[in-house]
Amino acid sequence: MKKTRKSIIPGFGLSFGVTISILSLVVLIPLCSLVVFTAQLSFSEFWYTITRPRILSAYWVSISTALVAALINAVMGLIMAWVLVRYDFPGKKFIDGIIELPFALPTAVAGISLTHLTTTNGWVGKFFYNVFGIRIAYTRLGITIALIFIGIPFVVRAVQPVLEKIDIQYEEAALILGADRKTTFRKVIFPEILPALISGFTLAFARSIGEYGSVVFIAGNTPYETEIAPLLIMSELQEFDYAAATSIALVMLAIAFIILSVNAILQSVVSRRVSGLA
Amino acid sequence: MELRKNSGPLKWVLIILVVIFLAVFLLLPLFYIVITALRDGIGGYIASITDPYAIKAALLTIRATIWAVVVNTIFGIAAAWCLTKFAFKGKKVISTFIDLPVTVSPIIAGLIYVLTFGRQSFLYPILDGWGIQIIFAVPGIVLATIFVTFPFISRELIPVLTAQGTDEEEAAALMGAGTFTIFRKVTLPHIKWALLYGIVLCTARAMGEFGAVSVLSGHLRGKTNTLPLYIELLYQGYDFTGAFAASSILVILAIIVLALRVWLERRGNKEAEIHY
Repeated sequence: MKKTRKSIIPGFGLSFGVTISILSLVVLIPLCSLVVFTAQLSFSEFWYTITRPRILSAYWVSISTALVAALINAVMGLIMAWVLVRYDFPGKKFIDGIIELPFALPTAVAGISLTHLTTTNGWVGKFFYNVFGIRIAYTRLGITIALIFIGIPFVVRAVQPVLEKIDIQYEEAALILGADRKTTFRKVIFPEILPALISGFTLAFARSIGEYGSVVFIAGNTPYETEIAPLLIMSELQEFDYAAATSIALVMLAIAFIILSVNAILQSVVSRRVSGLA
Repeated sequence: MELRKNSGPLKWVLIILVVIFLAVFLLLPLFYIVITALRDGIGGYIASITDPYAIKAALLTIRATIWAVVVNTIFGIAAAWCLTKFAFKGKKVISTFIDLPVTVSPIIAGLIYVLTFGRQSFLYPILDGWGIQIIFAVPGIVLATIFVTFPFISRELIPVLTAQGTDEEEAAALMGAGTFTIFRKVTLPHIKWALLYGIVLCTARAMGEFGAVSVLSGHLRGKTNTLPLYIELLYQGYDFTGAFAASSILVILAIIVLALRVWLERRGNKEAEIHY
């Protein structure tokens, strides 16, 4: 790439100006105000807020349900990507089309629908309650269900393009050399899709930790049981306790940052090659 | 090709697993919304969706969505052009900041706007002096909507423009074309499908945003309630038929978005094939 040579394409000033102005207004200035406000917090107050048992338990609820949901999505997403790439069957186009429904459907709409379905009077909830004695809505199981819903597209859409690009020759070579299908999958295909799988998992996990709309209805929001961290930020804000809200949010931002960094490290360890996946 | 099309018991087990999973998690909730919305008959449904508050909420949602699409389209095109056609320092930093809004929880997005424009902010007296109220008012809702959909359009355009390179624009510039002529005649034909796709995604997300808007809205019925917030209000008031009827509007829009997505992707792929 040319580094210092001036480009002859016009419009740099204009496009750069527009980009920076809008970026500043929408992202940078609000972000700075977060930093400024944080700097005014006293550390003891911050520490006191984030170590309150109710808040620690909310972090745990958010992280544990998001982790379980993301793991389930990783497994199901891998299977879905495999089925969509490798098999032909009637209705395949339809399935491919609806996978992105959780992106298109407003989270609050998904939330109320899932809640109604899984209460002990709902179509699904009644069955589980009467047959297994399991409550879904207003428990952590319910939160996990909502998070599975919103995380479905992440893993499929990360793995699918990679699986499509795998050269069939490697599999043929493995089979000719005497490996069975299971070994071929484990040693040839899986290592190829692993980076995409990890990044899809990470995105689903990070998204799930911060999710609010779909979870808030199904959670029931009982303190220590089904209260999620974003909800606590919301309730602190409604009481105009901005310092507490910001403290809780900072820890969540730190968690998101750690998750994304771990992903970045894993990507470089696992793939050790330049790939177009983010 | 025989290897790929292998059929066996495993194939059908996996297909059935996927179909059941998607039917339970995706189709059942959709189906349930439609059934519940129509529980009190067509008359009740029409009464619910033509409620003056429902219409006001829908209009506010449309307003916020149009703002988000317009701002993000201008930004998306400018950012994609700037980041792909020129080499300069700080590119990585800019693209990190562009992608930041989608990795942040919507509630935190709302929080940072409250901190920026709320009563404790140094901006508050200035804006108040001009008579501008941002949080708990419509501008806050619009800003939150722009924020949560911020990278949607630029992220679709950047890969297309990167793949296309800069040769064609350089040729056009050497032959004396101006900025807007180059954009309209050379760049736009390449990115139009990606641009439309980005607009579709942005529209879908903007219409449905709940968390960030919920923080910044004053929850005033008829004034600062968007459609998703109105649905929450009805639901918490145990008006389930009304809540699901209002939801059904968003469901229909979501289905249109998905259909458009499939169509746009197919058009885009077809044109890409012609080019190669």
